[in-house]
Amino acid sequence: MSNILKIIFSAPLSAKFGMLVVLIYSLVAIFAPFIAPHGEREILGRSFELWSYKYPLGTDNLGRDMLSRMIYGARNTIGLALSITLIAFVLGSLTGMIAAALGGWVDQILSRIVDVLMSIPSLIFALLILSIFGTAMPYLIGTIAILDATRVFRLARATAMNVAVMDYVEVARLRGEKLGWIIRKEILPNITAPLLAEFGLRFCFVFLFISALSFLGLGIQPPTADWGSMVRDNATLIAFDDITPLLPAGAIALLTVAMNFVVDWMLHKSSGLKDVG
Amino acid sequence: MLVDTNKNSNKEISATLLEVKGLRIEGLSEKGWQEIVCGVDLKLKRGEILGLIGESGAGKSTIGLAAMGFARDGCRITAGEIIFDGIDLRSATENEKRKLRGTRISYVAQSAAAAFNPAHRLLDQFAEGPIDHGVMSRSEAKEKGRALYRSLDLPDPDNIGERWPHQVSGGQLQRMMVAMAMSCGPDLIVFDEPTTALDVTTQIEVLKTIKEIVVDRNVAAIYITHDLAVVAQLADHLMVLRYGNLIEVNSTGQILEAPKQEYTRALLDARTRHEKTTAEIPNPEILLSIDKITAGYGNGPDILQEVSVSVERGRTVAVVGESGSGKSTLARVITGLLPPRSGEIRFQTDLLPAALAQRTKQQLQKTQMIYQLPDVALNPRQHVRDVIGRPLSFYLGLRGKEKERRIIELLEQIELSEKYIDRLPDELSGGEKQRVCIARALAAEPELIVCDEVTSALDTIVAKAILDLLQKLQHELQLTYLFISHDLDTVASIADRVVVLYAGRVAEQGPKSAVFQPPFHPYTRLLLSSVPEMKQGWLEKTLATREAKAGIAREVKITERGCPFAERCPEAIPEICSNERPPIQTPASGHIFACQHSPEVLSK
Repeated sequence: MSNILKIIFSAPLSAKFGMLVVLIYSLVAIFAPFIAPHGEREILGRSFELWSYKYPLGTDNLGRDMLSRMIYGARNTIGLALSITLIAFVLGSLTGMIAAALGGWVDQILSRIVDVLMSIPSLIFALLILSIFGTAMPYLIGTIAILDATRVFRLARATAMNVAVMDYVEVARLRGEKLGWIIRKEILPNITAPLLAEFGLRFCFVFLFISALSFLGLGIQPPTADWGSMVRDNATLIAFDDITPLLPAGAIALLTVAMNFVVDWMLHKSSGLKDVG
Repeated sequence: MLVDTNKNSNKEISATLLEVKGLRIEGLSEKGWQEIVCGVDLKLKRGEILGLIGESGAGKSTIGLAAMGFARDGCRITAGEIIFDGIDLRSATENEKRKLRGTRISYVAQSAAAAFNPAHRLLDQFAEGPIDHGVMSRSEAKEKGRALYRSLDLPDPDNIGERWPHQVSGGQLQRMMVAMAMSCGPDLIVFDEPTTALDVTTQIEVLKTIKEIVVDRNVAAIYITHDLAVVAQLADHLMVLRYGNLIEVNSTGQILEAPKQEYTRALLDARTRHEKTTAEIPNPEILLSIDKITAGYGNGPDILQEVSVSVERGRTVAVVGESGSGKSTLARVITGLLPPRSGEIRFQTDLLPAALAQRTKQQLQKTQMIYQLPDVALNPRQHVRDVIGRPLSFYLGLRGKEKERRIIELLEQIELSEKYIDRLPDELSGGEKQRVCIARALAAEPELIVCDEVTSALDTIVAKAILDLLQKLQHELQLTYLFISHDLDTVASIADRVVVLYAGRVAEQGPKSAVFQPPFHPYTRLLLSSVPEMKQGWLEKTLATREAKAGIAREVKITERGCPFAERCPEAIPEICSNERPPIQTPASGHIFACQHSPEVLSK
């Protein structure tokens, strides 16, 4: 434990800032019902009320408390983005490593499937699937996870290819090790660094993608609070010089920046690069 | 300490081209800045070659680069003077140094394949330096290039420059890099291990090129190597270095004849051939027999053609040949990585399935492999404990304390202490890594170990220690080795039986005593005569022989008919050798010989 603290304290300022932001976001997301002054679905006042003691950030187009919805939004959007990214990573890196380790026709089939998926613009693909199957949560998660898994597959396959040709992998093969061992013990530990970096980046993209879908009305469905749809619902206020609709957008941006700070630092540490000079 | 043998004459000093005094260089490590070159002096005159010799970590390359006023990333020159032809390189600006480098000082790196840009034609890369420095126009530079290629005896000098780097052989590429270093007519060339990655036969052509250039053009050179026998052919003076300290400086003759320091003697000793004497084993049992194996990759040609080898238990069989002769392919066939197109492999009396996936765990356990590059043969994320422990639990089902005890026992066998158990490969030296690879192979309790060039990536002293260890283990554990190598010195010191492979065919095979003594197969003779000897003048003598004239500077080519060696063979019979398969002769029991000539004719 003290070791982890030591590592955190030795981090550069940008990473510390990133970790702090991520920590605050996670706390807000976990304890949302306790922090938020009102429920996310409660209609309290008139629509578009200004900032006041009663409603610190005003109310939205239906008269719901903006601050409470921001807090619940953190929970909904981050939770969704995290689970999608995790699924995409498990799926993408596993298939990527299998393709690299086995090669031959397995690699061909997997790679071509991914090529086909990648050739369709992802937003259009998502719109298509969601309008056919509806916008229920499992479909939303499944669609975005599969789309993102293709990018992870490409990275995992490329990096795993470099590892799979190493003599130590050949040693494991000659020993008679099964595919699972080769992937888990020989390949995975050597490609963790790029995968980790990609995870941070992917998380941000997924986040933005969900927000974009929500903005288009195909993401998280009302009345559930979510930052993307909050921007859309209140966008008219911008015309009246009110910055309230930009707050959820700002929350997204801040988290994205913070995540990247942390990931950059982790990547730097795991790559073993030394600062010279 | 001066490298000048003629200290009293003042006139000589004016001819000094490079003078380094009290050079100290620090390198950045985990413990901060540490001195890696600790006060080295050297002096170099035009037309002289200075050999820098030592193991890795001796600071040879760092000194070589410092002679150009350059320090690598993570290194800094902290003290001393570097004076090149009256110019102080330490106080010179980057711009001044840039003008010198490439025009008056140039550098030849170890791996020509990595130093050439694969996306540009060779002659364009040659011309780049002179044009950038404004010395010549493009057409002048290209003309100069062709002239240099001609004088270096490169094949088809007028057109070879239009080729891409991958279209010429390794030795030719290295010679073209020497030509490139000559492009602006430099006064000083730094050669950093230019022949280390090459076959012995190819090494000779590069050495010849270097020697000609330095002598004919009155250039000074620094030649960095870990191989004393190589540098003995070129250098006028030698500097022996260790851990950044100067151990001994003297003329080459003096160092070879009468080394003063213990370490120099150790270097000399490691390079001297120690012949192994083959002990009699009563009732030898054939452990591995390979019968008429033909193999190749994809739809390509047959890399191996009807190769038959048998290995007796407790013996070492060496497979030798130049790169491209099919040595490593043979190892892949034996281990099951490359199923052969035809032929059989038997282990004791069992027929081994051709493909790896069909072999049983017990069959896999009996054959283990040790690789050329320990760096890539060990997973950088696995501790020594896991590396050695995995075969123990995988094959023998050991776990817990029992496994731990066995790991420590194995570490003792490879002469490493218990504390190594928690190290990562990064924390081991090259020799230690190779030892861990040996322990991993031993952990499976194999009967046969395939050693693929296990010492060629190591320094001479370390390599000798590894060979000694392998011999000791063979003695203790009754191991059988199949030893793949291009280094005949190594083969002579470890093998009982030798298989000479050329272009995928067995040229000669037999007990070491039969193969390494007359009558020689013409190819064996070429290989043997190409191994540098530890005496001055060997290079000139060898180049004058018929074998060298016919055989060096050629690539191994696989042929459909005739004898593949015919076009490099000084004994070749016109029309016959290039068209007819050489008959297989057996002059003595166990000695196989593929040649049109009978051994009696060749012994003359």
